[in-house]
Amino acid sequence: MSHKTAYSCLALIAASLLSTSAFSQPEPIRIGFMTVRSGALAAGGKQMEEGLNYCLQERGGQMAGRKVELITVDTGGQPATTRTRAQELVERSKVHAIIGPLAAFEALAIDDYIKQVGVPVVSPSAAAEDMTQRKPNPWFVRAVGTSAQANHALGEYAAKEMKLKRVATIGDDFAFGHETTAGFQRTFEENGGKVVKKLWPPLNVADYGSFISQLPTDVDAIFASFAGGNGLRFLQQYAEYGSPVKVIAHMTTVDEGILKSMSQEAVGVISSGWYSATQDAPGNKEFAEGMRKAYGADPGYYSVGAYTACAFVDAAAKAVEGKVEDKDAFMKALRSVKLDKGPLGKVSLDEFGNPIMDVTIRKTEMKDSRLQNVVIKTYPAVTQFWTYDQKEFLANPVYTRDYPPAKNLGN
Amino acid sequence: MRRFIPFMIALGLVALLPLVSPSDFYINLASQAAIAALMALGLNILVGYAGLTSLGHAAFPGIAAYLVAWLSTRGGLGPGPAAVLAVAGTFLVAGLFGLLALRATGLGFVMITMALCQIVWGGAYRWTSLTGGDNGLSGVPRPFGDMLTPTTFLWLCLIVLAVAIIQIGRFAESPLGVALRGTRDQPRRMSALGYDVWRIRFVAWLVAASWGAVAGLLYAWYHQFVSPHMLAVTASAEVLLMVVAGGAGTLAGPLLGAALVVLLKNLASIWIDRWVMLLGATFVFIVLIMPDGLAPGLMHLRERFRKRMASPTIAPPLAGQERIDG
Amino acid sequence: MAFWASQSLNSLALGGLLFMLAAGFSLIFGLMRVANLAHGALFMLGAYVGLASVQAGLNFWLAALLAALAVGVVGGLIERFLLRRLQGRTLPQVLLTLGLAFIIADACLMVWGGDPMRLPPPEELRGAVRLGDLAFPRYRLFVMGASCAIGIGLWLLIERTRIGAMIRAAVDDMQMARAIGISASALFSAVFCLGAALAGLGGVLGGPILSVYPGLDADMLPLALLVVILGGAGSLLGAFIGAYLIGFVYTFGQALVPDLAYVILFLPMVAVLAIAPNGLFGRRLS
Repeated sequence: MSHKTAYSCLALIAASLLSTSAFSQPEPIRIGFMTVRSGALAAGGKQMEEGLNYCLQERGGQMAGRKVELITVDTGGQPATTRTRAQELVERSKVHAIIGPLAAFEALAIDDYIKQVGVPVVSPSAAAEDMTQRKPNPWFVRAVGTSAQANHALGEYAAKEMKLKRVATIGDDFAFGHETTAGFQRTFEENGGKVVKKLWPPLNVADYGSFISQLPTDVDAIFASFAGGNGLRFLQQYAEYGSPVKVIAHMTTVDEGILKSMSQEAVGVISSGWYSATQDAPGNKEFAEGMRKAYGADPGYYSVGAYTACAFVDAAAKAVEGKVEDKDAFMKALRSVKLDKGPLGKVSLDEFGNPIMDVTIRKTEMKDSRLQNVVIKTYPAVTQFWTYDQKEFLANPVYTRDYPPAKNLGN
Repeated sequence: MRRFIPFMIALGLVALLPLVSPSDFYINLASQAAIAALMALGLNILVGYAGLTSLGHAAFPGIAAYLVAWLSTRGGLGPGPAAVLAVAGTFLVAGLFGLLALRATGLGFVMITMALCQIVWGGAYRWTSLTGGDNGLSGVPRPFGDMLTPTTFLWLCLIVLAVAIIQIGRFAESPLGVALRGTRDQPRRMSALGYDVWRIRFVAWLVAASWGAVAGLLYAWYHQFVSPHMLAVTASAEVLLMVVAGGAGTLAGPLLGAALVVLLKNLASIWIDRWVMLLGATFVFIVLIMPDGLAPGLMHLRERFRKRMASPTIAPPLAGQERIDG
Repeated sequence: MAFWASQSLNSLALGGLLFMLAAGFSLIFGLMRVANLAHGALFMLGAYVGLASVQAGLNFWLAALLAALAVGVVGGLIERFLLRRLQGRTLPQVLLTLGLAFIIADACLMVWGGDPMRLPPPEELRGAVRLGDLAFPRYRLFVMGASCAIGIGLWLLIERTRIGAMIRAAVDDMQMARAIGISASALFSAVFCLGAALAGLGGVLGGPILSVYPGLDADMLPLALLVVILGGAGSLLGAFIGAYLIGFVYTFGQALVPDLAYVILFLPMVAVLAIAPNGLFGRRLS
């Protein structure tokens, strides 16, 4: 390189440095993103990252005219690590809002901390009922429903329209499985159905064989509620045992995120949820097509959760005209967010920070040589309290393995 | 007491961290490292001095953390009384576990400690009405009210850690500690000499469990949240890795190991996505260049350096390395 | 009656699976006194290699063979270049094998992503067999048979061949074996290769039941340890009986007393160890 060009290079660099300082833009909005990149939950984490990146790209990397700086951390799916990562985001990176974390126990691990430091948190997937019910957190809203939000609808649908009388349930033995099953059982039994057997295989059980052998064959259907890869394992093994009974399920059992790994065993499963890649919500068609183009697969629970969380933050930032530094105003805006279109269509938040949105009943079918959840019925604007009186609902204990009590076991 | 001076200087330096730290994050990280070091110091009594490799050490911090969390949230006790009861309760459980576990040695001991810890884990996971299941117990109140800032919490952890270093250091040099190392190297000979091997091991077990319980209290107060994850096999394995990577059977080893693991997990992950792989690679690397762990390895290096400095003919003999493989 | 019949079949299938998981671990521990904590990771690596081969169009059996070979080679490299330096030193071995387990697991995540994937069983073993009025998956019957075949194969290898005789001699008395001219170095490499290959094979054969996902390693390692310790470390027969025993205890235990589902495996283990600290069929461990 000759001297001349070296000088001109230097001049260029100096000029560019000057120009950035001269037209100094407002500081970027810093958003912390807690995902999972290592360990058993990494699949969900990756889908969350896809949903979030898509959302940011769609907005040109900007919210309310300010650039967005995304700081991504990996919680490893461990509560203690989640807490440290939250501290890293708040104390080291000084973020204006956090999107995450993935699992309910991770969200619970930082519950106290976010109250203490007062940082807006939008959960893209953690569904633990009480976080927006009996123990609400003023700094926490979520972009997904509660565990049981969609299953109240499925319970009623199974009893009234599918005319099922007797059902056995099987679900992951952790809070999410308990709450989803309880929601189904409650509306199903109130509409005349009977839950005659409930099984709870441990989360990391090696083999479902012994549980499948315990499932009665003289019932009208099996209700299955599995998270992560367990839906894949259960349905596959149930098919190997000849799948004698029809399966109805919670949305995560046949989520698009694992549907791509399934085959024939998932066909015919009836499920309920607030998202299906095929649903006819305003804005979903563009979204699902865009996601398919960008990442080669249908969006599902996690990617839509992260996308919607990002859209919430965007809408709130716009509402405060980009002044996200005013935490209280920003949080207030976040709690009163309303979206008219997007993957979920119309969605708004209730006073606890939980979405009110359409819930659909879907059937898994093989279409265009891939498995899809095809919508067969829509329940509009479903809240976490279903049709119950909010006060009465909250006066009852939270859903657990044994609440509401199953009165028809063994019948 | 003189040999504790370097440790106290090191802890004193860490206590000054808040003066230079740009944010609370690093202070909190130091607290976490101190809590981890406390667990590792306790486990080192078993692994390093007694030659008993435990893969269930997380049981003690876990039980204490659950007890203090339950007693001070649902039990309605203040943090102080809850802490006392939690340590006492852990001590009792440890006594019971010791009766079972100390019947075995070698791989049998590894497995029985793992099984006992798994049983505690199973209880915490399944007994939802009491433990909150996988959702755990949150909102654990801290002692000392508003006085506990990140800085004062770090100081609290460091003071407890200093006490632990002195107690464990003196225990190791006491007649009982010497006898304990005897049971590690020559259990039959010790037996023949009239030592009650079982009783010596039992005392060591209880000391290890007690420091585990204290670490559990600090853990519960730090996170204000307990969940079954802290009782998982991986949690026990992590403490064991700290001890072995740092150098089992030394006093400085567990401290170095704890600092290494906590910092790698939480600082490296800021810049590197694949921090799990980095952690694994670090362990492999340590094994290859310093099979006895960091602390003995660094000592060894220092000796070699001195030797090279001094005249080669009158070099002092190498410090006898402690035998650590049981 | 149907309950007992079907659950007994399930127990046998789970037992077969567990034996395939634990055989390699037991073999390595028996000869080398190395508790290979990377065994779960090697099992998972085998499953992933098998899956990748099947996805690349290979037939299931060839994929299983390839995975066994590949994981065997990885095991051989680990023994030659790393483990060899740490002979007889338990704690550094623990550190090394756990470190390797971290690396292998994270590498699998990096290469194959986090999505759980199904490994379809070979065409001829799909579907269920009707036995009277109960249906039982054909593939699980195969797993039982395969575990017996592997067990018998290993037994023949150890009891009826020259290499087996050397292994037995080395297990009984390493010094003496060296004295009569057995090359411990070559033997160790061979055994570690074989143990790792068995883990890889187990991963592929277990894949259609377990499916393949990150975390498979951590789920499987405690089970392998359980089998080996209950049966007695280093005894092939012990591992075989331990695996089937655990299959029965687990299957019936969690069906009959679901409240104890999480401790059902560990309570008997604590009991066995408290009474017989060396396991049911164990040699005395130093």
